[in-house]
Amino acid sequence: MIQQTSPEIGGMGHSVKRKEDRRFIQGKGNYVDDVHLPEMVYGQLVRSPYAHARIKNINIENAKQVPGVLAVITGDDLAKAGLAWMPTLFFDKQMVLATGKVLFQAQEVAFVVAEDRYAAADAAELVEVEYEELPVLVDPHHSLDADAPILREDREQKSNHIFHWEVGDRLATQKAIEESLVKAKVDAVFQRCHPAPLETCGCVADFNTATGRLTVWLTSQAPHAHRTLFALVGGIPENNIRVISPDIGGGFGNKVPIYPGYVCAIVASLKLGRPVKWIETRSENLQSTGFARDYHMTAEIGADPDGTVKALRVKTLADHGAFNAAAQPTKFPAGLFSICTGSYQFPNAFCEVDGVYTNKAPGGIAYRCSFRVTEASYLIERAMDVLAYELKTDPAELRLKNFIPPEKFPYQTPLGWSYDSGNYRAAMDKALEMAGYRELRKEQEEKRKKGELMGIGVSSFTEVVGAGPSHTFDIVGIKMFDSCEIRIHPTGKAIARLGTKSQGQGHETTFPQIIAQELGIPVADITLEEGDTDTAPYGLGTYASRSTPVAGGATSMASRKIREKARKIAAHLLEVSEEDLEWEPGKFFVKGAPSKAKTIQDIAFAAYTNLPAGMEAGLEAVHYYDPPNLTFPFGTYICVVDIDKGTGEIKVRRFIAVDDCGNIINPMIVEGQIHGGLTEGLGIAFMQLISYDESGNVQGGNFMDYLLPTAVETPNWETGKTCTPSPHHPIGAKGVGESPNVGSPAAFVNAVVDALSHLGVRHIDMPITPWKVWQILKEKGMAE
Amino acid sequence: MPKTHHVRVRLNGVDHEADVDPRVLLVHFIRETAGLTGTHIGCDTSNCGACTVLLDGRPIKSCTLLAVQADGSDLTTVEGLMHDGQLHPIQEGFHQEHGLQCGFCTPGMMMSALALLGKNPNPTEQDIRWAISGNLCRCTGYQNIVKAIQYAGRKMQQGASA
Repeated sequence: MIQQTSPEIGGMGHSVKRKEDRRFIQGKGNYVDDVHLPEMVYGQLVRSPYAHARIKNINIENAKQVPGVLAVITGDDLAKAGLAWMPTLFFDKQMVLATGKVLFQAQEVAFVVAEDRYAAADAAELVEVEYEELPVLVDPHHSLDADAPILREDREQKSNHIFHWEVGDRLATQKAIEESLVKAKVDAVFQRCHPAPLETCGCVADFNTATGRLTVWLTSQAPHAHRTLFALVGGIPENNIRVISPDIGGGFGNKVPIYPGYVCAIVASLKLGRPVKWIETRSENLQSTGFARDYHMTAEIGADPDGTVKALRVKTLADHGAFNAAAQPTKFPAGLFSICTGSYQFPNAFCEVDGVYTNKAPGGIAYRCSFRVTEASYLIERAMDVLAYELKTDPAELRLKNFIPPEKFPYQTPLGWSYDSGNYRAAMDKALEMAGYRELRKEQEEKRKKGELMGIGVSSFTEVVGAGPSHTFDIVGIKMFDSCEIRIHPTGKAIARLGTKSQGQGHETTFPQIIAQELGIPVADITLEEGDTDTAPYGLGTYASRSTPVAGGATSMASRKIREKARKIAAHLLEVSEEDLEWEPGKFFVKGAPSKAKTIQDIAFAAYTNLPAGMEAGLEAVHYYDPPNLTFPFGTYICVVDIDKGTGEIKVRRFIAVDDCGNIINPMIVEGQIHGGLTEGLGIAFMQLISYDESGNVQGGNFMDYLLPTAVETPNWETGKTCTPSPHHPIGAKGVGESPNVGSPAAFVNAVVDALSHLGVRHIDMPITPWKVWQILKEKGMAE
Repeated sequence: MPKTHHVRVRLNGVDHEADVDPRVLLVHFIRETAGLTGTHIGCDTSNCGACTVLLDGRPIKSCTLLAVQADGSDLTTVEGLMHDGQLHPIQEGFHQEHGLQCGFCTPGMMMSALALLGKNPNPTEQDIRWAISGNLCRCTGYQNIVKAIQYAGRKMQQGASA
């Protein structure tokens, strides 16, 4: 167990109030749109109204006449510089500005730069683009039809097929399912949705003609990787690029990719020698930047009549839109989707995914999700419920029967994962107890007799986070380590810098808590900086719940390096041998003589003033942490819903979330993360949908049409926890930010289906709107 | 170019005036003309509430008003909350109750909350949830925002009775 430090030190386990709050509550945050530089000008993108059309002509003359307009850049201009296309983060390329044809509605066609944002918007309206409409491909199920239009004429392969990926034993799984006496099958679509952080994407690109240096303030979850890509693609020496990711107004995966607007702003700044600001509108954000999910999945389970699962087979069609702009580790075309066996002991499993192109915005990114684990978790948790209905058994009982037991960890899954630790029954038991599960089932039975609709949904998810070990995980070749550099000042205060980038997760508080735990320096005395590539050590950034598992490990290890040097200094100061010293957070003392001690502050001062002979001055360390394995947080969620038969309206009466994320750094922040993730799960289950009409017009392209939960629909969340530390992580932590978003959609949907299960309902696709429910009630003769 | 209009507002107790295009949004006037960037822009359809400020004491979405419409008014933004170097109870509440994460919605959220507490010093949870229903938060799930506003309500009442 982690030794508890004093509240003054504020190490792990303390609900330290957030250090970053002070500037935010005063309106003194510094987001990208708050950056204002002398001589700064504004960029505006011209976007395609069509989903698939050939560009016949672009006339920029009228636009150039608008007072204040400085430049109008088209794809042909970029092509001359070799920049009309850029690589995506996943073995594909994407048009920066369209040349030849457009492939989705709202695709970037031209970039207008003007002295102020209003002039830029005026001029963008006057860019005249002549289009010739082409047949539109919207439904991914038709992407591979013989008569489907070939969307990507730039590729050698004249097909809309992107990739096939499979893992597991196909034949053994097939045989096991065929031989199983009980079978369950579910077809489930995890709909296209968008993370919609409240701050949209944008940048300020500032090329200094005098120094030759380019500074880019960027809404980036991965500033270091973005700097490297700008250098590789743009040909600018990497030392001449500085990416600054300032305060970020939420990311949720949306700010991992590189978007055409960034490239255009950089090109414009290089061309004009002036800072160029480009901030997308909300509509642009929803219509063109990284969408998530769009997985069309089938799961089949074979089981024994007693409920023991024997095999799982998953087949999925992945809609990536016009370009495969997935942002995920290169060895995983479908991300970590093969975690789909979940929390259960499947002797056999097989999973295959095919990716296809359509005339839609490119993606898909991991929306508060560790690379498709959300889709996987949703599918297995839905399928387990369908199996429970087949067996006429309680869904909680079925899960308990099939859980991987604690003594089997580390557990090898049939699809190749090695789960680090887990105690699934403990989390389930706690959730059942908090919910009063038996009483709820009794209440449901009584309500059914009266014709009332009440449902209870259970989801027992296993997450896979902390990408990742360098032998397996890289993004465009860059290994997925992360880093921390700590410098202790002579007065015992410290600054730490990391390769990650908070977007609201509270890093300025939690990472100092790790250092406080390891070194005993009070949290208040530690400043944390991230996001400036000129100062922070290189790291892959913050997404996929990797900050604590990876950069948290780096922080811990860097602290321990400092502690080892501190021990030598303490021995020198106390005139004893190192072996005679004992450590407690904040000081070394002589064994058996606790009054003979040197505090970390004494030692820090000595590191600059009174060193042992031959020792290098200073007290600092940097560590690049390569995790030995991923971490596997888990939990059980229980949702209780009531359905109005007159309107189909679903009321989430209660939601119990028991999470196990290993050792906790800051309980307050963990709970806040869980509240937020559950609310995003609520939105996904009931509201959030980016769909397209048959002409490829995006539906849900603004906040009028893309519904997000407000305070009114959002229930009070009931949280609980169990603690199963990660055995391989330096502080036993696992990561938590995404668990609630991964585990909750299935709980919501399972609850609604459960409310209607006695009517024969087995599945409803998200978002489950009142209209959908009412249609079902009408069909079943239950609508009032 | 369209004729400019002279706009004069009292912003956080200080007079600001400028000649602006008639189409300039109030939020751009606040952020760019007056240079107060605490008020944010999160959407283009008046849904998100990140741009909420108080106009003559009432919460309004400053992306949906032209600067010329605010001429002569008294505006309060997040930058006007502190007094004598002391945090306003609403700011304290958000900090104490972990009512913010990324901080982007926070200024607008606090202004809506303040307007509520101005007319209803002792709101129920439902009152609070409805009052902030025009302000989206993508991080917190609202639960701690509700607590933050309750905290501020208690503190303001104590202040009023002290």
